[in-house]
Amino acid sequence: MTDASRKLVTIVTEAILEVEICTAVESLGATGYTVTNARGSGSRGVRDAGWSTDSNVRIEVICSAELARRIENHMQKFYYENYAMVLFETDVSVLRPEKFS
Amino acid sequence: MSIDPVILFFGLGVLAGIAKSDLKIPPAIYELLSIMLLLTIGLKGGVELSRSPMGGLWLQAIAVLAMGFIFPLFIYPLARKVGRIGQSDAASLAAHYGSVSVATFAVGIAFLTDRNISYDSQLPIFLVLLEVPAIVVGILLARRASRRAQAWSKVMHEIVFGKSILLLVGGLFIGWIAGPEGIAPIEPLFFDLFKGVLALFLLEMGLIAVSQSHALKVHGPFLVVFGVLMPLPLGTIGVLVGWAIGLSAGGAALLGVLAGSASYIAAPAAMRIAVPDANPSLSLTASLGVTFPFNIFIGIPIYYAIAAAVVGGG
Repeated sequence: MTDASRKLVTIVTEAILEVEICTAVESLGATGYTVTNARGSGSRGVRDAGWSTDSNVRIEVICSAELARRIENHMQKFYYENYAMVLFETDVSVLRPEKFS
Repeated sequence: MSIDPVILFFGLGVLAGIAKSDLKIPPAIYELLSIMLLLTIGLKGGVELSRSPMGGLWLQAIAVLAMGFIFPLFIYPLARKVGRIGQSDAASLAAHYGSVSVATFAVGIAFLTDRNISYDSQLPIFLVLLEVPAIVVGILLARRASRRAQAWSKVMHEIVFGKSILLLVGGLFIGWIAGPEGIAPIEPLFFDLFKGVLALFLLEMGLIAVSQSHALKVHGPFLVVFGVLMPLPLGTIGVLVGWAIGLSAGGAALLGVLAGSASYIAAPAAMRIAVPDANPSLSLTASLGVTFPFNIFIGIPIYYAIAAAVVGGG
């Protein structure tokens, strides 16, 4: 297996941003993403998905380290200041690395 | 005067929320309930329109639209000067209070229906007309928010194709095209179940109102005072405009309900995208935690009393 290590970028943020962020992630060059509904609590209070403005989504992208950096910069630039957002990356090994740019 | 049972359901939801009960309406069911309410209001209006096409709607519509544009211009300076609230937050409050609440409107319809008071068929159209202008004005007032270039088109898409306008207008057209006979087969689901659906919806609203009200501690007494005092003058203006454009007592009362109500679905979503530095819980707490309960318990009977007094009859 050739270089099969990739980055998994996980973004936990407000559900209202889902479409916008997924579009941005794709236009930055990601080949795909996964979205799940999320609940939790943090510096912006309990976000328990009980009300549309209180619900969170978790967006996950598997990509190269370079693209991961660009996604992080984009999020920091446009969303960190005013939106509830947590972003982190993890090293992952993948099968079929050609699927993930 | 007996208290409306649907309002008691709201009280039950509040009680459950305060007592930290494990009661929770599943989000998908809540979604379905709100879809049914929006469609029912649209369909009712559409059926009535097909029965009695009314003239002079254009002039009335312009008056109602003007109200939607002007309200936020009064609310904004009030929030800025009296409430000492920042620019973005004041603009967001202005958008919420200038826009309208469908749930409050639904309770208003239930109030009138219980008392066999008829209302003009164009009211659902006014509901749609009043939803958008204040949000646009609110965004313009905040202005500096548009750091992201695509914001406007996205926000307009969010408002116009958001579920509330889509379903209201869709329901109006379906009701209008199908007419009373065409709608008859689906009447049991929408019209007959209306009060029951509204009761369940309000149960969840009670839970949500409590979950929002924790922000009251943070934002202080101004929000409570604002949320209670704002609806009365706005609602009264609404009733008077209704009277001036020739609505019946029921219709003028409903226009008062619309004018006195504050948005908590369309406006929060649009403001979150267009004015990201406004604190979303500030406006939502005022509209959902204070103004909504105030209107369904106290506001609606008052608006109707004023309407009956100025228009006569009732």
